[in-house]
Amino acid sequence: MANLTINGKTFTLDIEPETPLLWAIRENAGLTGTKYGCGIAQCGACTVHMDGVAMRSCGVTVSEAEGKKITTIEGLASGDSLHKVQEAWIAQDVPQCGYCQSGMIMAVAALLNEKPKPTDADIDEAITNICRCGTFAQVREAIHTIASA
Amino acid sequence: MNKHFSPTMNRRAFVIGTAAVGAGLAIGLDLPFGGPAVVRAADGSPEIGAWVVIRPDDTVVIRIARSEMGQGSLTGLAQLVAEELECDWTKVTTEYPTPGQSVARKRVWGDFSTGGSRGIRSSQDYVRKGGATARVMLIQAAADAWKVPASECTAANSVITHTLSGRTTTYGKVAEAAAKLTPPAEVKLKDPKDWKLIGKGVKRLDTVDKTTGAMIYGADIKLPGMLNAAIKDCPVFGGKLKSFDEAKIAGLKGVKKVVKVGDTAVAVVADTWWHAKTALEALPIVWDEGDNAKVSSASIAKWLAEGLDDAQPAYVGNKNGDAKAAIAGAAKKVEAVYSYPYQNHATMEPMNATALYTADKCEVWCGTQNGEAAFAAVLEASGLPAEKCDVHKVMPGGGFGRRGQTDYVRQAVMIAKQMPGTPIKLLWSREEDMAHGRYHPITQCKMTGAFDANNNLIALHYRLSGQSILFSLRPEALQNGMDPAAFQGVAQSGEAAFGYSVPNLLIEHAMRNPHVPPGFWRGVNVNHNAIYMECFMDELAQAAGQDPLEFRRKLMGNHPKHLAVLNAVAEKIGWDTPAPQGVYRGIAQVMGYGSYVAGAAEISVTDGSKIKVHRIVASTDPGYIVNPAQVERQIAGSFVYGLSALFYGGCTVKDGKIEQTNFDTYNSMRINEMPKVESVMVPSGGFWGGVGEPTIGVAAPAVLNAYFAATGKRIRSVPLRDQNITFA
Ligand code: FES
Ligand code: FES
Repeated sequence: MANLTINGKTFTLDIEPETPLLWAIRENAGLTGTKYGCGIAQCGACTVHMDGVAMRSCGVTVSEAEGKKITTIEGLASGDSLHKVQEAWIAQDVPQCGYCQSGMIMAVAALLNEKPKPTDADIDEAITNICRCGTFAQVREAIHTIASA
Repeated sequence: MNKHFSPTMNRRAFVIGTAAVGAGLAIGLDLPFGGPAVVRAADGSPEIGAWVVIRPDDTVVIRIARSEMGQGSLTGLAQLVAEELECDWTKVTTEYPTPGQSVARKRVWGDFSTGGSRGIRSSQDYVRKGGATARVMLIQAAADAWKVPASECTAANSVITHTLSGRTTTYGKVAEAAAKLTPPAEVKLKDPKDWKLIGKGVKRLDTVDKTTGAMIYGADIKLPGMLNAAIKDCPVFGGKLKSFDEAKIAGLKGVKKVVKVGDTAVAVVADTWWHAKTALEALPIVWDEGDNAKVSSASIAKWLAEGLDDAQPAYVGNKNGDAKAAIAGAAKKVEAVYSYPYQNHATMEPMNATALYTADKCEVWCGTQNGEAAFAAVLEASGLPAEKCDVHKVMPGGGFGRRGQTDYVRQAVMIAKQMPGTPIKLLWSREEDMAHGRYHPITQCKMTGAFDANNNLIALHYRLSGQSILFSLRPEALQNGMDPAAFQGVAQSGEAAFGYSVPNLLIEHAMRNPHVPPGFWRGVNVNHNAIYMECFMDELAQAAGQDPLEFRRKLMGNHPKHLAVLNAVAEKIGWDTPAPQGVYRGIAQVMGYGSYVAGAAEISVTDGSKIKVHRIVASTDPGYIVNPAQVERQIAGSFVYGLSALFYGGCTVKDGKIEQTNFDTYNSMRINEMPKVESVMVPSGGFWGGVGEPTIGVAAPAVLNAYFAATGKRIRSVPLRDQNITFA
């Protein structure tokens, strides 16, 4: 048994403590917006926020996540308003297949929390997600649009 | 309701959502007295021809047969229909008919396959006619109601106007009556100069759900009572499953069943996929690896190298004059051998499919590039007839050619068949995905060029040795044993024609098919052919003491469209002006998938091994451009895919297996490594070329040629990581 706080809701899950948080989120909590790409913390598709910090959830165990505030892509909007990153993504038509974009958006949201006006160098350093479709130019442009708003 | 969710998006999400739980787009028939049947969508709205459904609230539902996988075709195809339909674009939504419905209606939606950059170009004619047909019927219905000739009525933005009286009505109001009319036998399509929506970079129709986590991909399917499966196929291609020791994992949490999948694979079925995967890893498995276990990258390379020898048989794909004789008597000769490795598609979402098998029905939910091929796989694996099977397409997390194959669909059905009544979601681990790709084929190429005493290129011999995709996947398409697709980009004519005139030319292919299964990998044979030819062109230019651009131009007089895109990139990158200090340029051109493309790169190199790509310029002439915003994204994406393969890719073989297992050993470019691609679109009209693939061909050679300009060193094999060259 484990208690996880995801998007402000407490989930009491019948789950082994060493299960990766990614699978707890997807299969036990049923939130499939967080994606599986590699399972070895390489691609970033599974990025969520843990106490506001971007984390690759495939590399975090359930026991490590207990007691932390976890936010997934489904919890990024507040009520009726999409998060500014989601809005910028829509305005810029960023996604292609979109599979990497939950993780990409979560990584960018965390970056902007920390650095509201990131430089290109900041983006290069913080955003290390893989996008096989190659949306990088739109990602960068959308980040700058948010920063200059 | 979230204010950012437009009604259009909600409906689209609903359509996909219902498809995902099995309702699909139900199609019913109305048989009124004295008229043709009215075909109805699931919500009762009438079809105006197979491509268009109009709801009473004026919503326009456009049917899309080809698959969206990120490339934007869904939006482009809807634009094509809407252009002729003259409907209000803001009221457009889309839905996928299922292959089962299409087959039941004599393939009314035509081909579902989405590969070879054909999604738009090979359906543009009939989908535009679908839109035009619906418009004519809607106008006729309004004219009938007003008792005026249809010729006095016009349509725009879903509103029909009787021009003389000024009366108006909307598509939603006349849809019922229009549905009962006999469709016109012929419709006239607009002159391209009158297009309003085609050519416009309208926003994609499927974006919002991709930013909120709401988009359902195959891996996200949930069905009542569903179980999850993880699979391991014999890691040596062609090998078999010998045995597994089920007892060893019997007590593991959540495990429901261990099943044999065909002759070659074993799957664990569990309550969650995580349980299935961890149990599978603990399962002792014995493989019968067979003779292929002796194959290695070195043994393949040796076999391919033998094919470079002129004494070995080869298929001739393009010929002019007598290249061998001209080379033998030439004043100067240049020779080089290049090679290109296996590549995995590494779609962001690993292969997966969900299947539900019962005694009288088999349904599958999956991302696929070819709904009909997936449907055929379901029929074959389930043993059920077409009317008892169907495939519900969901958004794939990337395709790039991999999801045109149906191996994962077949596996899901084979597992589900052993657990009738229980929906089974089969998801491959990334490791399984790396081990069981349908790899970019492996080749080598020996090229010999010959000059006369005035440094004119008089002969070129291009001898390719290596794998044929068609031999493995479509043997019926071979021509007397020859794979015509092997000559993509260097062909005599057609949609991938060679762009140079050389008086004595011989382009041939010694076919060598190792046991590693090849597949259509974005760009397909254009990838290696463009590297070989365009890098060698640079070598020839150097040997002739000429500028690489000028050298090419002289050979391209008879190929004005090839030349036009080359000139376009040269101008944009500023070829005639010096590059910034320490920055070097490379250029390349090729034709593929009916489009003419060229690329240029500006790079700097530190210590001979650290490359920074400063600028990339790419040009394309695909004839017509439906959505320039999406074309721009496809061009940029193709460079990311192509340069990832050049720098980080390459799958190697050891003991018959692929060695790379995940993104740590098969890396992909990140944002810091990729500049913005400056695209120059020069659509010349009069033909329809592809978009998703062609430009990938020029990505690698443009950078490799720039590397030579920077270092004086030729790189003749891929990937660069093998030579310790990486991004700065
Ligand atoms: S799935 Fe976690 S980083 Fe790739
Ligand atoms: S949008 Fe497809 S992987 Fe990023």
